[in-house]
Amino acid sequence: METLDFLFGRVMPALNEGVVVSIQLIVPSALLGVFFGIVIGTLRVYGTFGLDTAANAYAALFRGTPLVVQLLFLYYGLPNIGIYLEPYGAAVIGFALCSAAYHSEYIRGGLLATRRGQLLASQALGFSTWQSMLSIIVPQAVRRALPGCGNEIIYLIKYSSLAYIVTCMELTGQGKMIATQTFRFSEVFLAVGAYYLLIVTVATFLLRKLEDRLRIPGFGHA
Amino acid sequence: MENTPILRVENVSKSYNGKAVLKSVSLELNAGQHKVLIGPSGGGKSTLLHCMNYLVTPDSGRIQLDGREVNAHSRKELYAFRQQVGMIFQEFNLFDHLTALDNVAIALRKVKGQSRKEAETRAMAELERVGLADRARHYPAELSGGQKQRVSIARALAMDPKVMLLDEPTSALDPELTGEVVSVIRALARSGMTMAMATHQMEFARALADEILFMQGGEIIERGSPAELLAPGAATRTADFCRRLAEMGGD
Repeated sequence: METLDFLFGRVMPALNEGVVVSIQLIVPSALLGVFFGIVIGTLRVYGTFGLDTAANAYAALFRGTPLVVQLLFLYYGLPNIGIYLEPYGAAVIGFALCSAAYHSEYIRGGLLATRRGQLLASQALGFSTWQSMLSIIVPQAVRRALPGCGNEIIYLIKYSSLAYIVTCMELTGQGKMIATQTFRFSEVFLAVGAYYLLIVTVATFLLRKLEDRLRIPGFGHA
Repeated sequence: MENTPILRVENVSKSYNGKAVLKSVSLELNAGQHKVLIGPSGGGKSTLLHCMNYLVTPDSGRIQLDGREVNAHSRKELYAFRQQVGMIFQEFNLFDHLTALDNVAIALRKVKGQSRKEAETRAMAELERVGLADRARHYPAELSGGQKQRVSIARALAMDPKVMLLDEPTSALDPELTGEVVSVIRALARSGMTMAMATHQMEFARALADEILFMQGGEIIERGSPAELLAPGAATRTADFCRRLAEMGGD
């Protein structure tokens, strides 16, 4: 009884507050991450004038360093050069930048799997390179990359827990606070884990829906 | 104006990695003319056709449409030029994520700026013309090779090109599927479309061509009417090539 009172009276109100912040972190980070991932991935494959090299360097940098280090740099390091970010802002920027690097890898694979003849065909019809990318090549690459990108979004949901390191009080942060105040680590972190499991389950369902909606004969499983 | 060819190719050369693929090739296409390129693979037919649409930029030489030289450095001119020169590829190159209807309509919308309704009406008319109105909502993965190639012809025709270039339009098809594509191309020729086509189908070439151009080693080494080049006992490279094709069992 006492445990239930503790969970419902103390833990859940705090975690509910935290989960709202988590979702506020995850949704914009995921959208920005996918958007920049598509841009970076496309530049990596089709970029000219050194843009491909720059995009490759970006991906190497953000995939090659720990996210925690990136967040610490954004929040504690940037003030040294006069840039002050809110904890929330620092976390979203960090997540989006890191996520974009991974998405770009999936998009790159999707682009390479899209037959180049279609680019030629669109050019023969008078498409500019930009129009070809936007209407022909990228929509196919995104469909092919969707399972991978979905996986990356699931990862993002979980690494959003790192936001508490830059003092952004999201789900894990709230849990850690109660746990250290009450020393009831096992109950609190089991509850925190259950919350993440729930978010991931919902996200998996939504991503599956999206895949179904975008399904076209000839792409993946017909 | 009467004598201005629709498409004129003058001394066009192209090399890849120092290897000459086209050596100063010239040809003219007058209104309503049908020219057929034949010759061994790697002879430069495909590269020539790609140059004629500026999908491949020639190293030197000139290409004129309706007596006007194309300025390949101006993207705008290049895009406008390509709209007027239709291209059919051996591998069809349909847009895999679009239905047959959208494959035809998308360039009308994105390049010509037509409304969706306007573009779809036109696209439907072109699909009817190639006998595929009932396949309009199918995706490329749901079409046979012959149907795909007919959609790609409809897609090119919807842009109202002045010339059509066909790069071995039946070579990637199973033999039993070439017939439907050949008859669409024949109907197109009868309608007066100006065309240049590369093919290995000699019967088709003989029936269609006003002039046959035999290409080998990046040069046009013989040109003439099918009657001249393929006359019984003619001692031409073209006739020799055809005999060897026939011996190999290819048509």
